[in-house]
Amino acid sequence: MISLTVNGKAYELDIEPETPLLWVIRDEIGLTGTKYGCGIAQCGACTVHVDGEAVRSCGLQVGDAAGKAITTIEGLSPDTKHPVQQAWLAEDVPQCGYCQSGQIMAAAAFLKEHPSPTDADIDDNLTNICRCGTYVRIRRAIHRAAALMKA
Amino acid sequence: MNQTITLSRRQFVAASLTAAGGLAISVNFADAATIGATPYGEDTAPNEINAFLAIEPDGTIMFRSPHAEMGQGAITALPMIVAEELECDWARIKVEYASPSRNMREKMVYGDMVTAGSRGVRMSWRMLQQAGASARVRLVAAAAKRWGVAEGECEAANSKVTHKASGRSLDYAALVADAATITLAAEPAIKTPAQFKLIGQSLPRLDTPLKINGAAKFALDTRLPDMVYAAINACPVMGGTLMSVDDAPVKGRRGVIQVVKLPDAVAVVADRYWRAKEALAQLKPEWDTGAAGKTDSAQFAKLYRDTLEGPMASARNDGDVVAAFARAQSTGGKIVEALYEAPHAAHAQMEPLNATARFDGDRLEVWLGTQIQMGALRLAAATSGLKPEQITIHNCFLGGGFGRRGNNDELRHAILVAKAAGKPVKLVWSREEDMTHDRYRPQAAVRLKTALDKDGMPVAFDARIAVGSIQRDSGSGNTPNGLEPQAIEGIANTNYRIPNLRVGAMLRNTHIKVGFWRSVGSSQNAFFMESYIDELAHAAGKDPYRFRRALLAHRGDFIRVIDTIAEKGDWGKPLPAGHGRGIAIHECYDTIIGQVAEVSVDKQGNVRVHRVVAAVDCSTVVNPKIVEAQIEGGIIYGLSAALYGDITVKDGAVEQENFDTYPMVRLADAPKIEVHLALTPGKRWGGIGEPGTAPTAPAVANAIFAATGVRLRKMPLKDANLGGRA
Repeated sequence: MISLTVNGKAYELDIEPETPLLWVIRDEIGLTGTKYGCGIAQCGACTVHVDGEAVRSCGLQVGDAAGKAITTIEGLSPDTKHPVQQAWLAEDVPQCGYCQSGQIMAAAAFLKEHPSPTDADIDDNLTNICRCGTYVRIRRAIHRAAALMKA
Repeated sequence: MNQTITLSRRQFVAASLTAAGGLAISVNFADAATIGATPYGEDTAPNEINAFLAIEPDGTIMFRSPHAEMGQGAITALPMIVAEELECDWARIKVEYASPSRNMREKMVYGDMVTAGSRGVRMSWRMLQQAGASARVRLVAAAAKRWGVAEGECEAANSKVTHKASGRSLDYAALVADAATITLAAEPAIKTPAQFKLIGQSLPRLDTPLKINGAAKFALDTRLPDMVYAAINACPVMGGTLMSVDDAPVKGRRGVIQVVKLPDAVAVVADRYWRAKEALAQLKPEWDTGAAGKTDSAQFAKLYRDTLEGPMASARNDGDVVAAFARAQSTGGKIVEALYEAPHAAHAQMEPLNATARFDGDRLEVWLGTQIQMGALRLAAATSGLKPEQITIHNCFLGGGFGRRGNNDELRHAILVAKAAGKPVKLVWSREEDMTHDRYRPQAAVRLKTALDKDGMPVAFDARIAVGSIQRDSGSGNTPNGLEPQAIEGIANTNYRIPNLRVGAMLRNTHIKVGFWRSVGSSQNAFFMESYIDELAHAAGKDPYRFRRALLAHRGDFIRVIDTIAEKGDWGKPLPAGHGRGIAIHECYDTIIGQVAEVSVDKQGNVRVHRVVAAVDCSTVVNPKIVEAQIEGGIIYGLSAALYGDITVKDGAVEQENFDTYPMVRLADAPKIEVHLALTPGKRWGGIGEPGTAPTAPAVANAIFAATGVRLRKMPLKDANLGGRA
């Protein structure tokens, strides 16, 4: 049995420890906001927080996540009021929306490390793929979220 | 407010799913659309006023969208068109998908329900305006009748009908039942653009609240009671068949239920997707790949180049091209000839293809993301052997479309595997499966030849096109006279005024299936045409912007667009060393789009695109913010393909399997983008989903030429040798 804490809730799972965390979150726990995009930690659609850090959950075995605090998009805020979500709403960032859970989780973790990010910081740290090409608004929303967090 | 309360069947499904899977189906957002959140069992509602509109007792206006939401903003822009006429409270609008089953029953009341070809607004605006106007007039008539007053004394606004003289007013919700019984002698006139109040506003998208917290439901998020999962491998060489597979390696593996053999594929069904996928990797299927198994990209490139030397079907023939070339040569003119090539490109939409199928007695329900709802219904019927009326299609939010979800090969797989399994099955193509079994942008080669007169203006133009037929692989199959619009668009319909102009094409397909890829023929043809026009300008010693302008002087709309990008894009202004600007202009889907790209190329040959300035003329704009987002996204999509997009084939199989070998533009590579509206008022409601993609590749290639003097005639541009320059 593997003990897992997701969004503050404890789970005891009878599962192979090498199963990627992504599929545990989606198919065992039933939280589908975290998306499958590539399975090789290239695209970032599956980004979650593990002990506060952004992690591509398709590349993390659930056995290695045992005992750690995992946060998915559903647990980022109870009311969709996290500054990054509010900034995403204000800038109308999403198009198809499929990659946006991962983008938001990546941005939220990034802003903890870079509360006043420059464009170069954003370029260096945020590498999730968006095929709709929402990058212009993602960049704007990150700056807006940084401002909201200071307000 | 729970949007699903009026539909009992939906409540049942929602409740049972919540119990089984812990998935909240009903989404509680005051202002959010419900698409993808509702597994609809019924396709009519008690409070509907026509097929497009139901007004719930609480005043909610439920709009049924005939087009799918794949990021392009359909479920915001389309209800704006209806609401413009309905005179309703925009805050009370909610959206669900129209039912393809009902569409079939009711003589295509929703139109073709195709979400492709940039056609949502472009093709459906009149139908939607009419639906809104008709509903409004009948609501007014119902109120007038109830009050015993003349309709002309009543006014509709903000979801209410008001009788001005008496001050009485009624909410639409109180009138809908009566209004639904009223038949109009004639449908009312619809508004003209000058009367628009809502259309033209940058209203926030209705789907954003669902897309910032994981609530939006894509096909991959479908969960049903007793559902199992399937992973699949189709023959790596398209068109090949499964000869045999030994299922011993997966027997007894945890969770594995069965191995399903299909004519072209092998699937593993398991209790979890990961277990199915891992088990599938243990199988060693034997494939019959035939002659296709010995082919590669170099052979295909030769095929298309060789085809240029053979006969062509005539797509256009103005004047006398042969005589004009001879005349130009004998009068001091100049001949400019060039060969251009484009490779296959993958769609690589973020959500890999997947579908869920559930048989229940003599009924079949499927959940997927499709751009062709009626086509999906027909495909489901053909695959299952059931009649369309026994089938329900549940379309979800699409995790990217770009043309990829217009054939639904995954639906056929899901139905066949669910039938074999005897349980609801969610079948998921891995990213690798998705990338190696796409319906790719066709490979192409073109030879372009032009005679410039002694003043440097083109007097004769001859284009020969060799390209894969999309219609044969992914469309109707119709190629009248050996032609299809997708092969020749952007060249045969060029707006450049050249008196003698000939365009020929020859369609040549290989076993690599081709399909509709964002902007379709315009994707490669705009690259060919607009790069080549740039070559002509330089050969003539003219400025590329002024050269184009002279050839487009008869088109005021083009002039407005190209002047806008030249001005806003700082055309002609000084740049640092190693930088260059390129310009391109193109028309497709009733929209004209121009772009100026600014790039730099360093000594090692690394290309960086710093800025793209675009101007767009779609004539009528429903939501400027969505137009801007679509053009931005189209540019990024075009840029990924221009710089990196290269699907290659070895031993008959596609070599690129994932984003590590098929790279994408990411945030750090994304240029600054400015989008300007340069509208020419008129009757066009130009498409906006695709045009942004077309001019990006040539604008960038032309900018690279300006920066380096190297003319790139082949995509992707990453393969060009730009390093080692002084």
